[in-house]
Amino acid sequence: MATTVLVTGVSRFVGGLAARALSTDPRIERVLAVDVVRPAHDIGRAEFVRADIRNPIIGKIIKQENVDTVVHLGVITTPRQAGGRTTQKEINVIGTMQLLAACQKAPSLKRLVVKSSSAVYGSSPRDPAMFTEDMTARRTPPRGFGKDSVEVETYVRGFGRRRPDVEVCMLRMANVIGPGLRTMFSDLFHLPVIPSPVGFDGRFQVLHLDDAIGAIHAATLREDCTGVINVAGEGVLTLHQAARIAGRPTLPVLAQAGPLVQQLTARTRVGNFDAEQMDLLCFGRGMDTTAQRTVLGFTPERTTRQAFTDVFGGDNRLTALLRAGGAHA
Amino acid sequence: MPDKPTGSDATGARKRPPRSAFAGARADRPLHVVPDPAPAPQTGGSSYDVESIIKLLVRGLRMTGAAAGLSGEDLDRRITRALAFLRRRLTGEYEVDDFGFDQEFTDEVWLPLLRPIYKRWFRVEVRGIENLPLEGGALVVSNHSGTVPVDGLMVQVAIHDETPGHRYARALGADLVFQSPVLGDLARKSGSTLAANSDAERLLRAGELTFVCPEGFKGVGKPFGERYRLQRFGRGGFVSAALRTGVPIIPCSIVGAEEIFPLLGNAKSLARLFGFPYFPLTPTFPWLGPLGLVPLPSKWIIEFGAPIPTDSFEPAAADDPMLVFDLTDQVRETIQQTLYSLLLQRRSVFW
Repeated sequence: MATTVLVTGVSRFVGGLAARALSTDPRIERVLAVDVVRPAHDIGRAEFVRADIRNPIIGKIIKQENVDTVVHLGVITTPRQAGGRTTQKEINVIGTMQLLAACQKAPSLKRLVVKSSSAVYGSSPRDPAMFTEDMTARRTPPRGFGKDSVEVETYVRGFGRRRPDVEVCMLRMANVIGPGLRTMFSDLFHLPVIPSPVGFDGRFQVLHLDDAIGAIHAATLREDCTGVINVAGEGVLTLHQAARIAGRPTLPVLAQAGPLVQQLTARTRVGNFDAEQMDLLCFGRGMDTTAQRTVLGFTPERTTRQAFTDVFGGDNRLTALLRAGGAHA
Repeated sequence: MPDKPTGSDATGARKRPPRSAFAGARADRPLHVVPDPAPAPQTGGSSYDVESIIKLLVRGLRMTGAAAGLSGEDLDRRITRALAFLRRRLTGEYEVDDFGFDQEFTDEVWLPLLRPIYKRWFRVEVRGIENLPLEGGALVVSNHSGTVPVDGLMVQVAIHDETPGHRYARALGADLVFQSPVLGDLARKSGSTLAANSDAERLLRAGELTFVCPEGFKGVGKPFGERYRLQRFGRGGFVSAALRTGVPIIPCSIVGAEEIFPLLGNAKSLARLFGFPYFPLTPTFPWLGPLGLVPLPSKWIIEFGAPIPTDSFEPAAADDPMLVFDLTDQVRETIQQTLYSLLLQRRSVFW
């Protein structure tokens, strides 16, 4: 049973909220919240420890405090938050390596939970409609966050081989969205006009922030749950559908013009568009969530559509007007 | 966007993540002697606009309907339906399943577009529709021909229109389809998905009527001289999918599709250039330009044969290559024989 839990990456949304949620659980004695920056938000009963996971000092903390569960949430999805792509990769890959090296030396450690991402599946026209956990990407993500996630997973698998006594659980999460949470994906729907690749309409799943926290909470405490678990809200939305729900017009762009669109949006300061997402917008991606329900025993409260509507569909005037107009017609 | 007039600025800024500089700037607005107009009447105003647009649209539809010889309640019902469809499309209130199948789009746009071709151009005659189960999964396996895979679309219409429960045929397509813009999107929306065992088994387990042409490009792109001679049936993947899920295999033979674009030659270098599996040269294409894309109006017969049950085997039988080959051959032979007998019954290619 988890008594002392160490959570990494708490200065960011998911990490901070997860630390707070875990700290409210009476089954857990102590929650150590680790990051290099003090979180701006409330982390509840969790004790903040200023440490860099890229520094061997983290090993000392794990040993001294007799940590039995490590929840690694310090994988950053957006380069801008980390201060550039180089730092992002440094934190994601090297951070994970160092943390795992420290974990390997910690005899007290019983369980490791790592937040991974659906990005490891990539996005290609040869993809199955739904990825199950045993499948790998048909086209491995060549760069960016997707590549980081693949590498993080490789290191975690390696750790699992070297420490077979530690239960390892990886959560491959769909794009997490939530009020105030800014990611590459949410930036897309904050653009005044949503660039959509001509002739494509990719499907995608999302996961509400609350459900992401719920899944991390469940995975931390559920001891029989090991291995990889896909975590996503039920159902899918397509890009055009999502744009309609968000009440934004779409602008057809050539799929190959991703980098150009990225430059233009950055230059004109209308928002942020990341060319890395173009494959997802074209071919989409879906994850089978059977294991989420059966192995992890967790069902997200919001479906993909509900989560998306909650977060982005708030002030869709067109929908409101058409509802009113439709009632008259 | 920040320079927009006040009304929309308020909503625009709210949707964006708060940027402290802007949020602060809006707090110290210049003082007005007369208070700013409340946003509510403006919304009301544009709602009237929408209403008048809808009224105009209804009037237009009425006139078109009247011109088409419709009137009274029938016309009203159709207009209401069209408007409701439009509204759901504009607000994103339609459902797309895990495979990307958009039932509403298929019902309202896709099948109505194909139906005239099905009924008037190829005058498709369907036989043995009673061999398709009313519910539950089944794998419909058919021959593939015609240079352009129109046969798949016609089987989709046939299955939907002729089955008593108006079932949807969920086709399995090559990855080239999903790679192409527009084509891939339409394929997913109309219920197709990638021809891979994972997707086939997922569809069959969900109890869908799944449709596959195991010949693939070898079938569609074969020369006219080899018409109605079946090619190799893939590697038998469709049989193992049926065995694993225990659904019946229903052989389907299509006569008529071979003659729509007689493939006389194949410009291989052009095919390589465009990344196509072949570049067809037909009597009309590419010589007549876009006119060459009009298929010849052959008369079609689609016959669904008696189901071949697979539930008598264990699911593990799917890993027995010999059994899979035998079943594959059995299905192939059935379709080949049916094709020959249909050809004998056919009076002429065009009627």
